[in-house]
Amino acid sequence: MNAIVFQTTVRFVTPVLLLFSIFMLLRGHNEPGGGFIGGLLAATAFVLYGLAFSMDRVKSLLRVSPPTLIGIGLLLAVISGCVALIAGQPFMYGLWLAWELPLGLKAGTVLLFDVGVFLVVLGAVLLFIISLSEES
Amino acid sequence: MLWMILTPLIAASLVPWLCRKLGRTTAWLAALLPGGIAMLTVLRLPMEPGEAWSVSQPWVPALGIDLAFRMDGLSAVFVILISGIGALILLYAGSYMKTDLGRLLGLLLLFLGAMLGIVLSDDLFVLFIFWELTSVASFLLIGFKHDQEGARASARQALLVTGAGGLALLAGIVLLTIAALQSGLSVGSASKISELIGSDVSTHSLFLPAMILIMIGALSKSAQVPLHFWLPDAMTAPTPVSAYLHSATMVKAGVYLLARLNPLFGHSATWHAVLVATGAMTMLIGALIAAGQTDMKRILAYTTVSVLGTLTMLIGIGTDLAIKAAVVYLTAHACYKAALFMIAGSIEYVTGTRDIEKLGGLSRAMPITALSGALAALSMAGAPPLFGFIGKELLLKAKLNLDTLGVALICAAVVANIFLIAMALAVAAWPFFRERKQSSRNAREVRLPMLIGPFVLAVAGLFVGVIPDVFDRTLGSAIASSIGGRTILMDLELWHGFSPVALTALGISLVTLGCGFALFLKLRHWLGAIKRIVGVAAVYGPARIYEKLYTGILTCAAVITRKTQTGKLRQDLRVILVFFVTLSVYPLVRTGLPEPEVLGDLLITESVLGLVLLAGALAAVHSRSRLSAIALLGITGVLIAVLFGLFSAPDLAITQIMVEALTVVLLVLTFYRLPKFAAFRERSVRWLDAIIALAAGAVMATMLYQSSLVRLPASVSEKMASLARPEAHGRNVVNVILVDFRALDTLGEITVVAMAGLGVFALIRTGRSARAKGGEA
Repeated sequence: MNAIVFQTTVRFVTPVLLLFSIFMLLRGHNEPGGGFIGGLLAATAFVLYGLAFSMDRVKSLLRVSPPTLIGIGLLLAVISGCVALIAGQPFMYGLWLAWELPLGLKAGTVLLFDVGVFLVVLGAVLLFIISLSEES
Repeated sequence: MLWMILTPLIAASLVPWLCRKLGRTTAWLAALLPGGIAMLTVLRLPMEPGEAWSVSQPWVPALGIDLAFRMDGLSAVFVILISGIGALILLYAGSYMKTDLGRLLGLLLLFLGAMLGIVLSDDLFVLFIFWELTSVASFLLIGFKHDQEGARASARQALLVTGAGGLALLAGIVLLTIAALQSGLSVGSASKISELIGSDVSTHSLFLPAMILIMIGALSKSAQVPLHFWLPDAMTAPTPVSAYLHSATMVKAGVYLLARLNPLFGHSATWHAVLVATGAMTMLIGALIAAGQTDMKRILAYTTVSVLGTLTMLIGIGTDLAIKAAVVYLTAHACYKAALFMIAGSIEYVTGTRDIEKLGGLSRAMPITALSGALAALSMAGAPPLFGFIGKELLLKAKLNLDTLGVALICAAVVANIFLIAMALAVAAWPFFRERKQSSRNAREVRLPMLIGPFVLAVAGLFVGVIPDVFDRTLGSAIASSIGGRTILMDLELWHGFSPVALTALGISLVTLGCGFALFLKLRHWLGAIKRIVGVAAVYGPARIYEKLYTGILTCAAVITRKTQTGKLRQDLRVILVFFVTLSVYPLVRTGLPEPEVLGDLLITESVLGLVLLAGALAAVHSRSRLSAIALLGITGVLIAVLFGLFSAPDLAITQIMVEALTVVLLVLTFYRLPKFAAFRERSVRWLDAIIALAAGAVMATMLYQSSLVRLPASVSEKMASLARPEAHGRNVVNVILVDFRALDTLGEITVVAMAGLGVFALIRTGRSARAKGGEA
């Protein structure tokens, strides 16, 4: 699959999709979206890129391997739960910063947890697809 | 007290890393920690009978489980033995191990922390957690040489036997706690050992079942007949591990639990009967099998089984004298057995063999090891004036006070001891003092760290034996009182005066020594015969039953898997769907099928969408090529997403579309590797599949319909929606539920996603490497 039109389109679409996936992740708390959808979107962006060029280029684009992404994601999710423990609340109790981030975002452990979900979903889907593409 | 348990556990995770930087020096550093714990505990002595220190920290207040720790005489002696011997073993391991030192030190420290946890816990549930932790740690330690099939099998065996015992123990603890709650104890104290003792829980009807289950747990851990077989097989572990786990710690955990709970259960006749019977059997059988071995470590393992039996029996007898004997015997055995194991390791290190028939004449090359060995063996044989001697004397006297049962037990003990003495001499005398053998040609003394352990422990036995008074006053009486649940003063002596009982005991003990020595002299001629008898008996032994059971379960599982999971996707799907339908029909019918409501308020858009969906699905079934099938399935998927959107579930709709897109990509990637698209000409096959598919669809639809009829209290969803903004600062209720209200569920789900990803990765990897191997061959 090395059609020039496809490749040129993907060159533009991938960064937009990636941005959009982060947008979906961040707005998830108030509008439809969230870590799960964001992760799927980001994975789609990378997969499109891989279909246009090659999965090896996706790997070099990612810099870290998909299993590492999964690991970091799980770690973030667990850490976000443990923050509450340190504060003397039950595991996974949502804590929020007192001030707002720019763009009216509230930051807190819940956002961290969502980022973890994002990374796990992204890593797992990429792991599926990269392993399968290497197989064929 | 908490730090005593925590520091080894923390150190366990740091040591492997430290070892990469420092090499063998790490062993010295690691040994400092348990050494320090032992020293601090010794400095707290002397302990009076009944004295105890305790700390408590709430852990699960709702269930009344506290991190409650308590140190009385019994705990103190175990802490000293575990940490003291642990320190010596860590040192020893530092020189013994040729590779993988860091991993071994880490695991030994983990095990050490878990053992300390067992002997210090006052809460039964906390004790159980540490109990399981020792099982896990010992699994890793026994299977340390994990590239050997034998080591893996032994580790698995030890884990299964002690793990099954652990389950029995847990059930027993739960029953005991229920009984205690119903007999009026408060939630906080129902699982505390110190509170249970002396309460009137023993009159409850659950008391007996609880006691039996706890006994099963303790006896399996302490390798009592008929569950003794895992211990000798565990000798595949590196020698420092055997020396540690199977002298002072792991196997003594069971004995510890029996001793700890003796004041609670000691009034029950069943307790006495079971412990005495099992203990006596184990004592005899262990000693007899030991005599048929030539591998030093296996001899030591079976003699350990025998000693554990003796200890169990003594606790079962439960008189003052028996408890005194148990205390002395337990302490002495930990010292000399660890020393002998380490000596066996040193001999193997130098000569490359552990077979006593191939060893001889090492005393000139290894004088210090030989001296330690001789002392330890004499202590094991119970020769005066060593610690072991006092133990054996007390043992005999304890039984002499028992009338008829005593006679039988004494006979058993005498026979067992004759064999034990012979084997002790064989282990310690043959390698050192008989004519030189081929194997000892290049022998030389081992390095200092491997000398310290055996020597210190062997001398400790001698020291306590010569001056029993010190042991008495500092710790002995406190231990005996903890086990007995009443004040028992030890007053140990080497010479018991001229009373008839004392003289009979002395006489019997001298006769036993003589017979043992005689047997030792003849052992060379009889070894073959004993070996044959033991070999025949082993065919019918419990180890064989275990093996049959183990392979039986595996074969059964393999057959079921082959029948249900053929590897053909079509067949697998059939099995899954048929099971799904049959399992869900019953509950559906039982709750009664719902009255079909008239779907009056159906909009035109919805009905059109539904019809297109149906058409897409039907077309997919009839498609003649894979590509069209994929495309048609894609259409149904997207239409479902649209439906989600119509019913105001945008999150679901977006997810559905993303999943559809990625599924198509996956199918495209695997497209050329799939087998030829099968068109089924046979009518019967098509009909069968159609029926299964329709049934599954119908069941699913009914279930969905029925669940939509369940009117949940509206307050639940309302409450979540109303709480989302103030409590979780989010307007999107779906996401707030996912990441905040139900975050724990989501954590579980993403863990599943992660595992699935890694699973696919591993499957594809192994498939590829297997094919690569096949290609080479």
